[in-house]
Amino acid sequence: MDETPPVVILRDAVVLINGFPLLSGIDLDLDAGSLVVVTGANGAGKTSLLRLLGGLVTLSSGAGVVSGIDLKHGDLRELRRRVGWLGHEGSFYDDLTARENLTFAAKALGRPTDEIGRVLERVGLSARTSTVAKQLSAGQRRRLGLAWLLLRRPETWLLDEPYASLDDQGRTFFDDLIAEVVRGGATVVVSAHDPLRSTALSPRTLTLAGGHVVGDVS
Amino acid sequence: MIKTLSQRLLGPVTLVLLALTFWLGLWVTPPDKVQGNLARLLYVHPAIAWVALYVSFGTAAIASALYLWKRTRSVVMDRVAHCAMEVSTVFIILTLITGSIWGRPTWGVWWAWDARLTSTAILGLFELAYLALRRANDDPELRARRSAVFAIIAAVNVPIIHFSVDWWNTLHQGATVFTENGNLLVHGIMLWTLFLSLFAFTLLFFWLLRARYRVEVLRAQRYDVALDEALAQRRREGVH
Amino acid sequence: MIRVALLVAGKDLRIERRSRVLLWQVLPFGVTALVLCGLALGPTHAGHSSAAPGLFYLVMLLVALLMINRAQVIESSPGTRASIATLGLDPAGVFLGKALALAVELWLTGLVVLAGSVLFLHTALSGTLEAVPSVAVTLAALAAAGTLYGALSGGGQGPATLLPILSLPAFAPLLIAGERSFSSSLHGGSLWRWWLISLVALAAYLAIGILLYGVLEES
Repeated sequence: MDETPPVVILRDAVVLINGFPLLSGIDLDLDAGSLVVVTGANGAGKTSLLRLLGGLVTLSSGAGVVSGIDLKHGDLRELRRRVGWLGHEGSFYDDLTARENLTFAAKALGRPTDEIGRVLERVGLSARTSTVAKQLSAGQRRRLGLAWLLLRRPETWLLDEPYASLDDQGRTFFDDLIAEVVRGGATVVVSAHDPLRSTALSPRTLTLAGGHVVGDVS
Repeated sequence: MIKTLSQRLLGPVTLVLLALTFWLGLWVTPPDKVQGNLARLLYVHPAIAWVALYVSFGTAAIASALYLWKRTRSVVMDRVAHCAMEVSTVFIILTLITGSIWGRPTWGVWWAWDARLTSTAILGLFELAYLALRRANDDPELRARRSAVFAIIAAVNVPIIHFSVDWWNTLHQGATVFTENGNLLVHGIMLWTLFLSLFAFTLLFFWLLRARYRVEVLRAQRYDVALDEALAQRRREGVH
Repeated sequence: MIRVALLVAGKDLRIERRSRVLLWQVLPFGVTALVLCGLALGPTHAGHSSAAPGLFYLVMLLVALLMINRAQVIESSPGTRASIATLGLDPAGVFLGKALALAVELWLTGLVVLAGSVLFLHTALSGTLEAVPSVAVTLAALAAAGTLYGALSGGGQGPATLLPILSLPAFAPLLIAGERSFSSSLHGGSLWRWWLISLVALAAYLAIGILLYGVLEES
């Protein structure tokens, strides 16, 4: 029997921003190495949940532990080092090229910079290494964000609406990459309006509404 | 019980001591042989300045430091810092006003670029900036952290401002109470009235701080009620 | 901390070099502001005023406000902030790096505005050159202070009107020290006191930034 503790434990988690409850009391357990899709209408709290799991917003009340780190009293900086974030906004510096952005990340992480070429090729941006980020298309920016994550290899991947602005080829590419990452043992949490297309992935699906979980299907 | 009794007596005692200060200062003490009746500001201006620059600002700075230190971090420290800074701002404005009233007949102008006036004015601008910073942030924890850091920076700046402005210009009258050798310049009933005014205005600060703190507590209670309603409303969004 | 500082400073300066905001917007603003100072003094005093050192620093304060805001806006898009946060950079190193980059930009602008003060306000060339070291230290202190106040004002996401209110009272002693040392370089006089103010302010802001920038980042 697998006694590995869940990588995420939330109990009545509330997140407030300027007095507004983005999350209004979430109870959640996520196992390590699982794939979870978070769905819901706009404003349901999907992005806020992902940001909470990444230590990018603070827990206002309730309790939570992610990757062994207490969300109220633990070292959130350490938690952020363990997660990878791909937002639906730009994830890097607009005035740096794709290569320069990844070089900055690699040096910050103490990783060798010779991995950058391989990573850019993996995400299909080898022809765009010298293109300034603000000149990349939305889909290409999404791929660059993915390259950033591949460089980092975090324990937990938090992907906020990764399918937005992607064509069919891009969506298939993302599905394949997510499957590969999950097989590698990482925990992946994806927020999406549409469920993942590949039934082979068999994700657990959480539905949010009003800042809390209203549906949980495995 | 002793705490409640002292809290209840704080206001009346403060009022009595202030009344005594004004009676002594305006009627009983003699006019100064050089400045005449203008010197009666001695029983108001230095006390207000003492409260503004040391007591209230010092309280705000210490409370801010205690807020930033994890062991003593609490919402109480943030509230004390905020309330003390508000009261300090009022006292600093009064310091500048009473200083101008004193300065007009002495220097011929309402404002002079005297070192002490100028550095007091700069500190007053710091305090207004602190209040502006608090109003710009609605999130309580964000507001508390940023305000605390700003108060620490302001406190560190106090000696820098003091020396830079002092070296820049000095018109202010010199020591009022003690000479450089520590000899008293003010004597008799004037001296006792001066000390009484320092004590009375210090008590006034604590009285105002307490009153302002109670308003903050009530405001926080109202915030909690509004928050409960907001949470219930938010959860209802997911029902239909 | 030093490694992170150099990495962040290099990144900020590379962004600046590519975007050319300093070259095409800030430098012209500085020169324009200096010319306006001359106009404000009037034709009789424009080229003969002892206010020139003070006006130089006033222009540099306004330039600094622009650059501080710019330095924070670079980091301010929500996606960028989140991604950079996941790198776990040492906040003290981030503070030093951003302050260093800002200092370099202020030094470059300061050189141009100094040249402008020689040209438009007729400050003596020899005295102006003599003032360069004190200008460099004062602008470095301005950069350290500005980086802190930029983060305090919301890091590019807060209202733009908050930064001046927070920072200008703190810039006052730097303005005094800078103006006095520039004047002393032009007209003679003791410099040590003003050097002391600038150096103490620089040390104080560096220490506060190293100790407390992490608290502001968490905010």
